[in-house]
Amino acid sequence: MTALIAIEHAGYVYGSYVLTFAAVGAFAWRTVRNGRKLGDQVDDADKYWT
Amino acid sequence: MTTTDTEPIADEPIGNRQHGTGTRATRLLGVATIITMGWLVAFGLGFSPADRDQDEAVRILYVHVPTIWLAYLAFVVTAIGSGLYLFTKKHSLGFDRAAGASAEIGVVFMAVTLAVGMMWGRITWGVFWQWDARLTTTALLFVSYIGYLAVRNLGGSHEQRAKRSAVVGLLIVLEIPLVHFSVRMWRSLHQEASVLDTDGDIDMDGLMLFSLFVGVVAFTLLYVWLLLHRTRALAMQDMLDDRGLDVALAARRAEGVAR
Amino acid sequence: MTPTARWRIARLVAAKDLRIEWRSRVLINQVLPFAGVTMIMFAFALDASDVLERVAPGLIWLATLFSLLVLVQRAFAVEADDGALDALRVAGVDPIAIFWGKSLALAAQLAVLEVVLVISAVLLYGADVPVGGVVLLVTTLVAATAGLACVGTLYGGLTAGFSGRETLLPLLILPVVAPVLIGATRAVESALGTGGVALSEGWPWIGLLAVFAVAFGVGGALAFGPLIEESN
Repeated sequence: MTALIAIEHAGYVYGSYVLTFAAVGAFAWRTVRNGRKLGDQVDDADKYWT
Repeated sequence: MTTTDTEPIADEPIGNRQHGTGTRATRLLGVATIITMGWLVAFGLGFSPADRDQDEAVRILYVHVPTIWLAYLAFVVTAIGSGLYLFTKKHSLGFDRAAGASAEIGVVFMAVTLAVGMMWGRITWGVFWQWDARLTTTALLFVSYIGYLAVRNLGGSHEQRAKRSAVVGLLIVLEIPLVHFSVRMWRSLHQEASVLDTDGDIDMDGLMLFSLFVGVVAFTLLYVWLLLHRTRALAMQDMLDDRGLDVALAARRAEGVAR
Repeated sequence: MTPTARWRIARLVAAKDLRIEWRSRVLINQVLPFAGVTMIMFAFALDASDVLERVAPGLIWLATLFSLLVLVQRAFAVEADDGALDALRVAGVDPIAIFWGKSLALAAQLAVLEVVLVISAVLLYGADVPVGGVVLLVTTLVAATAGLACVGTLYGGLTAGFSGRETLLPLLILPVVAPVLIGATRAVESALGTGGVALSEGWPWIGLLAVFAVAFGVGGALAFGPLIEESN
């Protein structure tokens, strides 16, 4: 475990992964949630992907 | 009979209802994305070795490079969608919505790329930013697509939005080579030290190249997943706008009759 | 529509715009003073006079760009206020002719602005124009103005008549005109000999400016039609 933390510039390296996944994850979650909210208001018949 | 737009449709049993924008295809895609992302973390942060010159900083590239490639891909899709909307006979709004969704995703990827790139630059070059052709053009591309998204929200009918955004989208395709070329001419005036050579991508082979490859696959899957969801959501948004318009028109007509 | 007919209409549109401008004197009363104030603000921000002289070419073009934004807003406010652009379109006037006409008028105003700015730079920043550089300087003004006018007319038409246009226009225009800012500044640096730049180094930049002007002269003309169609 110490070997993982002790890598050079650990903060930047891990931080960049965290930043990337957090940002796209948040965007993905917002997208799905927005889709659900809209989906509740639209007839299923109109949804061309079903 | 009038229905309010914000109440859920209650006439189907909840279990059978299509809740949102997911389908079996997107669920499969989603699972594949998560699995590949897991591989990316494992290889990027674990199995792959440190670089000879950059040491551990190279690991950042396994997320940084995929995000910029996908941002570029997203913007290409936007341009293609714009062109298809304008130049096909049907002028299908589906192209417009795909273009818009792709641009949103591209902007998010681009923002992440710029932020992570600064972190990488800090370690490798000692500076957060430098004014070379690639970075400068990328920054301007980023701002241009933010402008594109703002144009999409200017208002008007769906067709007006589509036409306007498609024109802007294609103008960006015209503008970017000009920007890139002029910045390159500009920076070639200043002899850059080879230490800060941003075009000299490091030699990757073996596990390093594999990690990069995994990253590209993972983010491509993610992009497609996001694009499908977002385009469908935009389609529903347009439907609701139309429905709102119909309700308003009906109310207006009813007023006229009542007088 | 034949090119001559189109050109005639473009001239008429340009003349109309310039006549409106002459009567309202917005350029003289508002835009030029704004540009002047900007040049003064630069001096406050940059403090040292040797720095100012060194960056004078860049400041000239920055002031031009900021004033361009104001001019474009003006050019299309004139149309939107009385639905004039719609009237032109509905009357069947060729949009390409309208585009070139408005670009021409905008270019004329820009040219006046730029000359005034160059003179201000000479007076305020101690820039000086060697005789040998005059040709390059004038060529730069022409080439850069052509490109800026086309971009301004294009994006002005795109955002005309929509609320939120005022804040959106700068965001759209500035990234697009980055090549003009880069090229025109470098060319003027050559023309003025700022920082020891040789005269010959300016001419490649003129090439860039010319390509830009042609690209947006043509692209803008083609895009302008669809943009003003069905506008509110």
